[in-house]
Amino acid sequence: MEHTVVNLWPLLGVAVIIAGFALRAHPVLVVVAACFVTGFAAFMPVEQLLATLGTAFIKTRNLPLILLLPIAAIGLLERHGLKEHAQASIARIRSATTGRLLIVYLAIREISAAFGLTSIGGHPNMVRPLIAPMAEGAAEVRYPDITMDMRHRIRAMAAATDNVGLFFGEDIFVAFGAIVLMQTILHGEGIDVDPLHMALWGIPTAICAFIIHSWRLYRLDAQIARSVK
Amino acid sequence: MILTLDFFYYVLGAMLLMIAFMALRDQHNPRRYSSALFWALYAVIYLAGEQLPPVAAGLLMVVMALIAGFGGVTLGRYGERTPEERRASAQRLGHKLLIPALLIPLTTVIGSTVFKDVQWNGLFLLDPKHITLVALGCGSLFAVATACWLTRSTPLQAMRESRRLVDHLGWAVVLPHMLAVLGLLFTDAGMGKAVAHVVTSYINMDLRLVAVAVYCVGMALFTIIMGNGFAAFPVMAGGVGIPVLVGVYHANPAVMAAIGMFSAYCGTLMTPMAANFNIVPAALLELPDKNAVVKMQIPTALPLLLANIALLYFLMNL
Repeated sequence: MEHTVVNLWPLLGVAVIIAGFALRAHPVLVVVAACFVTGFAAFMPVEQLLATLGTAFIKTRNLPLILLLPIAAIGLLERHGLKEHAQASIARIRSATTGRLLIVYLAIREISAAFGLTSIGGHPNMVRPLIAPMAEGAAEVRYPDITMDMRHRIRAMAAATDNVGLFFGEDIFVAFGAIVLMQTILHGEGIDVDPLHMALWGIPTAICAFIIHSWRLYRLDAQIARSVK
Repeated sequence: MILTLDFFYYVLGAMLLMIAFMALRDQHNPRRYSSALFWALYAVIYLAGEQLPPVAAGLLMVVMALIAGFGGVTLGRYGERTPEERRASAQRLGHKLLIPALLIPLTTVIGSTVFKDVQWNGLFLLDPKHITLVALGCGSLFAVATACWLTRSTPLQAMRESRRLVDHLGWAVVLPHMLAVLGLLFTDAGMGKAVAHVVTSYINMDLRLVAVAVYCVGMALFTIIMGNGFAAFPVMAGGVGIPVLVGVYHANPAVMAAIGMFSAYCGTLMTPMAANFNIVPAALLELPDKNAVVKMQIPTALPLLLANIALLYFLMNL
């Protein structure tokens, strides 16, 4: 039998991350410390490690674009009352509650992502200026003396709803990166799978995600009511 | 190509340089020199890009992490309007305020579908390899222009507002970027093999349900560690999914793959390591607890992970 030696030392990098978060150290410092520990555990000299980090840092610089490019427009609109407008608009719809609003948003987000339209939504350009203020505004209309803690919970739920809708919607879109990745990896192992089948077999989980999260959103309304009494 | 991703790197680099310059001149920022240095260094990454020697870029990242980690990036003063002024302006502008905000997703969707293959003199109008990001960049520029026009503001004011938002995000802006670097390093260092070795050596998978549970929970756990489901999938599919679920229990590979990836996404919901989804929104929504979004997602993610185990168990041999 073929016997290969697996280097287990890189797992130290994981230990650094866990210890760092447990000790509540600054996340950025924890990440850099983990980089150095992992690099040394893989027997990289300092200069090679810095070069590896630098190459990766340049290569992944497309990541912050999604966050940073829209903020000039969003910031300017906020200065001119976008959040206040979102809150005033939702206040006019009498049947709107925080939970119902977020269930509607979850449905829109998940279905549009399933059709590949993942750029509808997102934290910097939808949740911060529109969805979170509307969710908070809907609660404020009914319960004017809502606590700050409950406001924070509502905002966090708005962000969570965007994530759940995106994650469990996009993966049933055939041309999405994850499906391509899975197909490539399985192909490399000698298994050929039709991307359409992978997308279709994702649907049961996507439905479960919608039911579970909607139920929590439905209960959020009751929690808001209780927090005021 | 007429409009490439590089163009938006320069746009963002120029923006960061402006932010650094404004931070330097802000007397109300208690650490204006280190704050300005932080944003200036980040601007170098975007302006110099691939021309930067790798070792220099690595050093730059470490210096930025040290500045941010020791509290060198602080808030200044931004001349914000009072809530009354904002409410009055909201009443005056009404639904028009929504136009620039909705222009961003609209342009991104149209750009990445309709304009995907549009050519001009034999050149692609938009970089086809980075179509979504380039379309998003165009949408953002349109939105700024429209917002300036609607609110009768100057582009300089738009820059001031960018600085207000970026400063409130602070180090959360660079955390996802640095975590992506760590993810690549983990892969380089052979983290996948090490984890798969530990999982398969110490757990007995003679029971079908145990094998399914190890696969799904392993996906979630590995994603919690790496912060990215795409890193977990090759490891768990190669370590457990293909040899055990498909090889021993004759699972349908499409079901194994689809539900496996969704189990990884359950992990993404539960980890601060997926900073762009979980930590950045907490900063964007000005939540005092940076883990508030993760905590809110765990009660959805755990039942969903159980549902995945059940679904895979019952569907894989259909």
